[in-house]
Amino acid sequence: MAIPRFWREIRQRYKGIGSTCNACGKMYFPPRDICPECRRESFHNMEEQELEGRGEIVTYTKVHEPHPEFKDLSPYIMTIVEMEEGVRLTGHIVDVDFEDVERGMEVEASMRKLGEESEEGLIYYGYKFWPIDTHRPE
Amino acid sequence: MKTEKEVGIKGYAGYVPKYRITPKEIGDVWGKDGEAMGKGLRIEQKSVPAPDEDVVTISTQAAKWAIQRAGIKGNDLDAIYVGSESHPYAVKPTATIVAASLAASPHMTAADYEFACKAGTAAFQTCMGMVSSGMIKNGMAIGADTSQGAPSDALEYSAGAGGAAYVIGSEDLLATIERTCSFTTDTPDFWRREGEKYPQHGGRFTGKPAYFKHVTTCTEKLLEETGKEPEDYDYAVFHQPNGKFPMKAAKKMGFSKEQIEPGLLVPKIGNTYSGAVPLGLAATLDQAEPGDNILVTSYGSGAGADSFDIKVTENIEKIEEQDVPKIEDVTTGEEYISYAVYAKYRDKIHGGG
Repeated sequence: MAIPRFWREIRQRYKGIGSTCNACGKMYFPPRDICPECRRESFHNMEEQELEGRGEIVTYTKVHEPHPEFKDLSPYIMTIVEMEEGVRLTGHIVDVDFEDVERGMEVEASMRKLGEESEEGLIYYGYKFWPIDTHRPE
Repeated sequence: MKTEKEVGIKGYAGYVPKYRITPKEIGDVWGKDGEAMGKGLRIEQKSVPAPDEDVVTISTQAAKWAIQRAGIKGNDLDAIYVGSESHPYAVKPTATIVAASLAASPHMTAADYEFACKAGTAAFQTCMGMVSSGMIKNGMAIGADTSQGAPSDALEYSAGAGGAAYVIGSEDLLATIERTCSFTTDTPDFWRREGEKYPQHGGRFTGKPAYFKHVTTCTEKLLEETGKEPEDYDYAVFHQPNGKFPMKAAKKMGFSKEQIEPGLLVPKIGNTYSGAVPLGLAATLDQAEPGDNILVTSYGSGAGADSFDIKVTENIEKIEEQDVPKIEDVTTGEEYISYAVYAKYRDKIHGGG
């Protein structure tokens, strides 16, 4: 990934900054400059919105043939999470056994290393998910 | 050293990775009696970071929970200092990444600190001075590490991972920091040269002239300045490179096992270096009551110690209602791994293809 591209996306990756259309109230992540539904009415009418970082698992799968960058994590679990704000995010789910994951499970985002350019290059950080009760008492 | 204005801890939280390895598992690989080594060091297990965890991710998670506990937003922080000896980059601050993750930047100051195991408490002192002088309203001090010992080295049995973050301010304090003092010398007991992956150390030289001399001298200096005796404290937290050193230092100075036990995390998570005293203090605050007095002394090789005289306020009672994990919550639910998985997670072996 080119340095400027990673840098431009830092606020989305670290803080979950998306955008909301003030005309219809729909949130987008990654952020959009224009709402595809309201089009002209959304022009200059999109507002930044931060995801609170919590949501529910919509679906998940275990990956046995990893992308080379995730070799050390193999096998790992990928999930699609519906955030409280309504947007859906794809991400890893960590610190949990595959057998304990289920649809509808509440999860929260935590920052992890997503990869790196090379051993000498930039380190890419961003969100992954863990079950909400991972570090909370019963 | 006493601050002009009252300063203290407004929020705090810690994070420890979930993976653990036992000294026995390590010893079995190197033909040593790991169980006996663990008993000697009083270490039952040590924490191991996942391949996608490092000082940035540990600091970020602790920092996120610390501001939540303080009841502030990221942009209420005017300074962030991250103390560590395992910053992911040699050049490029951890603190700027943590600041961005909290949306604390850009109108603030940030830097990384390094002083072996006491870089986190050095960050405390900086924030205390800046808050007291009125330069800033809220500062964040973080101590975190994912340090490594060379394979088969004695350090491999103890070097763990974890960290804690503190919001230092002057209002709505959970605890006030009444006084601090330091003791600093040039003592070459432990070091890592530029570009080297693993540290070197002076073996037994890390004990008497290093850890014990600095920890006891600094603590006794603080007691002299405060006019207090060890029994005036409800709790004490000392740097914990293993379970043996802090127990021995405490006994020598007249502190009891009961005073140090709540903050003695090393038997369960190993030596978390810059994270050790900040995590030990956090675990102590988790169970402290209004009016309690806590003495804290960190130690960093090279060498130096920082002592703090801390008094808990009645605000501490509000942490029970908060949705912020306590240290017990982040140090339980462990998953044990083999030496082979540990070697992969700690980048000691690489997959091909």
